[in-house]
Amino acid sequence: MPIEIPRDKWSGSVRPVTIGATAAEGGTRARAVTIGGQTCMPYLHFEAPMPNKPAIAIEIKSRKPDDWSALLAEVWGDAMADPAQWAKKAEEAGADLLVLALTLEDTPESAVKIVKSVLGASGLPLIVWGPGQAEKDNELLVPVSEATKGEKIVLGICEDKNYRTIVATAMANGHLVQARTAMDVNLAKQLNILISDMGMPKDRIVMDPTTGALGYGMEYGYSVMERLRMASLQGDAMTQFPMLVTPGYEAWKTKESKVGEGVPEAWGDWKARAINWEIVTTIALVESGADVVVLRHPESVKRVKDAIGELVTV
Amino acid sequence: MALSGIQIYKMLPQTNCKECGFPTCLAFAMKLAAKQVELSSCPYVSEASKKQLAESAAPPIRLVTLKAGTEVKAGNEVVMFRHEKTFYNKPGLFIRVNASDPELAAKVAKADAYKVSYVGMDFTVDGFALVGDADASTGSAQSMAAAVKTVRTATKRPLILMGDAAALQAGLSACGGETPLLYAADASNADAMADLAKNSKSALVVKADSLDGLADLTQKIQAKGVEDMVLDFGARGMSECLTRSTQARRMALKANFKPLGYPTIAFPCEAKDEGVAAAQAISKYAGFIVLSEFKPELLYPLLVLRENIYTDPQKPIQVQPGIYEINSPKPESPVLVTTNFSITYFSVANEVEGSGLPAWLVVTDAEGMSVLTAWAAGKFDAERIAKSIKSLDVASKVSRKRVVLPGHVAVLSGELEEELPDWEIRVGPREAVDLPAFMKQALN
Repeated sequence: MPIEIPRDKWSGSVRPVTIGATAAEGGTRARAVTIGGQTCMPYLHFEAPMPNKPAIAIEIKSRKPDDWSALLAEVWGDAMADPAQWAKKAEEAGADLLVLALTLEDTPESAVKIVKSVLGASGLPLIVWGPGQAEKDNELLVPVSEATKGEKIVLGICEDKNYRTIVATAMANGHLVQARTAMDVNLAKQLNILISDMGMPKDRIVMDPTTGALGYGMEYGYSVMERLRMASLQGDAMTQFPMLVTPGYEAWKTKESKVGEGVPEAWGDWKARAINWEIVTTIALVESGADVVVLRHPESVKRVKDAIGELVTV
Repeated sequence: MALSGIQIYKMLPQTNCKECGFPTCLAFAMKLAAKQVELSSCPYVSEASKKQLAESAAPPIRLVTLKAGTEVKAGNEVVMFRHEKTFYNKPGLFIRVNASDPELAAKVAKADAYKVSYVGMDFTVDGFALVGDADASTGSAQSMAAAVKTVRTATKRPLILMGDAAALQAGLSACGGETPLLYAADASNADAMADLAKNSKSALVVKADSLDGLADLTQKIQAKGVEDMVLDFGARGMSECLTRSTQARRMALKANFKPLGYPTIAFPCEAKDEGVAAAQAISKYAGFIVLSEFKPELLYPLLVLRENIYTDPQKPIQVQPGIYEINSPKPESPVLVTTNFSITYFSVANEVEGSGLPAWLVVTDAEGMSVLTAWAAGKFDAERIAKSIKSLDVASKVSRKRVVLPGHVAVLSGELEEELPDWEIRVGPREAVDLPAFMKQALN
């Protein structure tokens, strides 16, 4: 007896957003990456095709980080001290996008120089984060934005207490912005409204609803993402943006990933567990609708990429 | 699907005879809808209505319980997304073992003894999937019986028996009346498997490559008198697994389609990437999950994921606000402050405990939110912190009035100085993992 599967009928869709510009589009990227565009919940091919697959970004830093897990230092090696080398290795590891995180030690001059060196070393579209202090973010991101006009970089991170300067410079120079709010549907909508009200075109906003690591509040972010995606499919225009989350950052600051000694034996092999922590966090977020996942370990990138490949296959 | 009071009312005699104890049939129907009374209170309800109401009262996804020394439940779920209510029965994680494995007892014993602690809860594996030998000779049946006995020397947890009918029969005979989950009935052996399940009162996995095929099989097997079934979609790829488990759950929850109203079983052990497949199975509806072997480095994150996904989103997990003594603090030991969100509390408490340094840990009532979330929501501010410190009379316990704020709320230090004028306010690290170093270097 053939059975008839109930189908959800949605009126809305996620806005497609393109990151990076090729030479033809006024930039220098080898290719652009388009995310979003969904018209149903994640990977339900029997309802609607998945127009764009989620992209994997690898996070690199402008300076060698001294607080990253030894497992990451081991795998990236000397490249961690040279952003251009690191960018190349990240591209080789299978990244679709690069996240370049600037640090408090950067000056406007060094930030521009490093961003340009990364753009020169890799053809991948780029996301650039400030160090996370409002004044410093603005001091670094404005010159970076101006020096890379037309590249369609994603500038971040916009938060409710500091978004105007970043949005203004992104608008003026043809870039995009990353809008981060603290795991709450209404806060996310509110920031999207504020940014749109400044005149930012809606196809240049990527929202970051924030996630926790597995075991550290991941489930809050997971459900907020499912709710945001449902709201966008129901037609709520201020939620119809692709979602970027940072499971790599979150997972690698947990004790489970960071520390190999003095932990319970029941946690198992350190390296395998640390990578599993990043992957399991990421897969749950991919299932809940993530469009960009920012990762740190190349092994996680490979396995998540394979999983996404399977999920987008009908 | 549950019926509304009005729908139930239409099936009642509508005579308002009051014999049920309620003034009208409508009032009784409302109570029935709220599950506060039994239909048997109505002496005049028709047989047809009784049947219909009984069917509607059955859960849309049948609860299947595997009982041994411990218990694993699956089914009884009511929503597609956890934020719509919550997910109820955590999928059991089973470790696959082979009947012919010469180290069977040792492997089972090792996994059986596994225990890992997460925010004050202890997690274990839930059971074992015992696989009979591939070839269906009489030898395989004998080895299954022997293997069940061997496994039972090493664990009291529930079992899944996997093999052909002869092997399962032999395994059951060694089970001593206990009811394992039997794997599996398909189109080729449905009758024999149904007989085995019925006679042993065991639950039976039903396997087919399409939902149509599955629904046909479960109806056929149910007609033979088997009530407890578990669905295997046949698929092992990520995309097919997600599609079919979503479709089956929708059929059960939204179309009240009984032939697919059963919990499901997933086999990450047969997927390309076991960890990835298991993470999806936990997030997306599996009731039983079979893993290839005992690997703590994968088991631990999966157990945590399961706990996270199955946490009731309406009730954040909390600890009791109060003052916690860590490593026998003395009057000169520092006072640390955090919130009563379980994960926050345990992260901080574990780090301080691990450092070996004594401290007083003041846990404020932040309505179960983490430091940053509580601060943003106005549930963790200087006033509340000061109130906790005063109401817990922390001053009487210490000789040096020194309180350490989480680094994420450094911004509160000025206000807290005003609230607690005779206290020294210090700003600690943002993350718990950096506390031991901070306590060693900055707190002397």
